[in-house]
Amino acid sequence: MLRHITRTLFKMVVTLFVIVTLVFFATRLSGDPIDYVVGQGITQEDRDLLTRYYGLDASIWEQYVRFLGSFIDGQFGLSFVERRPVAEIVAERIWPSLQLLLSGVSLTILVAVPLGILAAIHRSNWIGSTVMTIAFVGYAVPNFVLAIFMVLVFAFTLNWLPVVGNSTPWHFIMPTITLAGALIAALTRFTRNAMLDVLSQDFMRTARAKGLSEAVVILKHGFSNASITILSVLGLQIAGLAAAGNVVVEAIFAWPGIGDLLVNAAILRDFPVLQFAVLAVAFAVIIVNGLIDIAYAYADPRIRLGRA
Amino acid sequence: MAEAAIATAASRPGLLADARRIWNDANGVQRAAICIAVLLLIVAAFAPFIAPHEPTAQSLIARLRPPFGFERYREGYLLGTDELGRDVLSRSLHGLQLTLILAALGATIGLVLGGALGLVSGIAGGLVDDIIMGAVDAQIAIPFTLIALLTLAIFGSSIEVMVLVLGLYGWEQYARIVRGEVRRLMAMPFIEAARAAGASGGRIAFRHVLPNAVSPLVVQFTLSISNIVLLESTLSFLGMGVQPPTATLGSMVGIGRDYLPTAPWIVVAPAVMILFVTFAVQILGDWLRDRADVRLRGR
Repeated sequence: MLRHITRTLFKMVVTLFVIVTLVFFATRLSGDPIDYVVGQGITQEDRDLLTRYYGLDASIWEQYVRFLGSFIDGQFGLSFVERRPVAEIVAERIWPSLQLLLSGVSLTILVAVPLGILAAIHRSNWIGSTVMTIAFVGYAVPNFVLAIFMVLVFAFTLNWLPVVGNSTPWHFIMPTITLAGALIAALTRFTRNAMLDVLSQDFMRTARAKGLSEAVVILKHGFSNASITILSVLGLQIAGLAAAGNVVVEAIFAWPGIGDLLVNAAILRDFPVLQFAVLAVAFAVIIVNGLIDIAYAYADPRIRLGRA
Repeated sequence: MAEAAIATAASRPGLLADARRIWNDANGVQRAAICIAVLLLIVAAFAPFIAPHEPTAQSLIARLRPPFGFERYREGYLLGTDELGRDVLSRSLHGLQLTLILAALGATIGLVLGGALGLVSGIAGGLVDDIIMGAVDAQIAIPFTLIALLTLAIFGSSIEVMVLVLGLYGWEQYARIVRGEVRRLMAMPFIEAARAAGASGGRIAFRHVLPNAVSPLVVQFTLSISNIVLLESTLSFLGMGVQPPTATLGSMVGIGRDYLPTAPWIVVAPAVMILFVTFAVQILGDWLRDRADVRLRGR
């Protein structure tokens, strides 16, 4: 168990380091960042001043070491556009992003897990095929198309829901549904497949033979075994999907979170903000993956007891 | 009609017989998906001939005109016009063409790149294998949308960069599939026999291993077309993809959303077209996967 955790943590750190390095050098490939800050037509003196101001006068290796150091001292430089510390700008965005993620993922779990179980139990009749068709449709609809149609119907035609920002609970409805759409489709499929694998096991027959009620058999013996698989999927697939989806959904609804910040920074070429926002999201995904990997190992007695 | 065409063609052996067998195996939804896919391909291929107007031709007296059947409809602009008086139908057709070309290029590059890395990884083993698989793990861990946004911001949003980005998307899936197949096949007696007969590593890779890995790759290729269409249209929607006046379906939705309250038709036509593409490809990919995977039969 300890070995497994050490290995997982080691892999996480290596991945994070590789990402930081790649992001740093990639953003330096784009030429002199000063060009993006001010454009043409400034004197050489002013240009030199700005270069020093943003710490771009040092050699690229010095800058790289300083960039690595910023993860320790928290000084991630200044935004080209807003001229204030990147860490401060990103920090303001974390809570709204988390709010949206939490509501989206909660809705996903609440809808997808029961649907998946239902589809597994009724695998050979119309209930199962209806659920799977809906899941299938949901997976093929791009989230921005779903968002556009919802906005068209609920905001502009019926005038029920607001579109921009996050100021009231009403603002949560459309972004949450948009975010959850693709996630529900994915998780319903995974839940169903995990349940089907478990339902055909011998211990299910034994449980029924013992005279347990169907609900106990399905939920206690079936679902609790399938939940391990579902948990790992939730980490590997859903975390990535949710992070990517969050970026798009926030950009659509001008949700004041990291995704909106990231897309705007990409459009404005505000590289300090862009690189830090990308790293923040990537870190979050990798850390969630790592934690779920460890939780998964803990839930699996073969790994927990150190035999695998 | 399609059935009759296929039936006459099926008297000849070969590809058309395969096509007929596939058609007979398909259920209603899958047949619809086949028809839609063929129709979309034809429409995209002949977009310049079908489109009634130049996609970039502006007409300032015919701005924001609604589609056929609505008040203020302007003759000759079936699906209405956008904010610059350009024909929505013509732009959608050209956008569809570009979207599909980008998707095909992207999926092919991903297949070649990922397939090659998987092949090297599986045959070489050792440190090379560790490094490539480490990169695969890292790639799986990071949402690709982030990498795409970063790359487009750094190198600018041109069609070339877009192809590069879409080509990188999904390489890790191909690499994993090919590596897995290679490792499985390398343990088989016929590979050992080939090696004993003096075949080189390259010959074993291309002559003996790769042909056996084709079927899972075809499935992955189909599914990745749909994923790439989703990614491309998302990036273009966000304003980071192909730049105006050139349109892809995603950028039409992205720009048109500013006119949603007054002129929803600008958005609806390309959005519906995106849905058709992703539905058709997803259904076909899913079906191919079920056919290829014996374990999933009957589910």
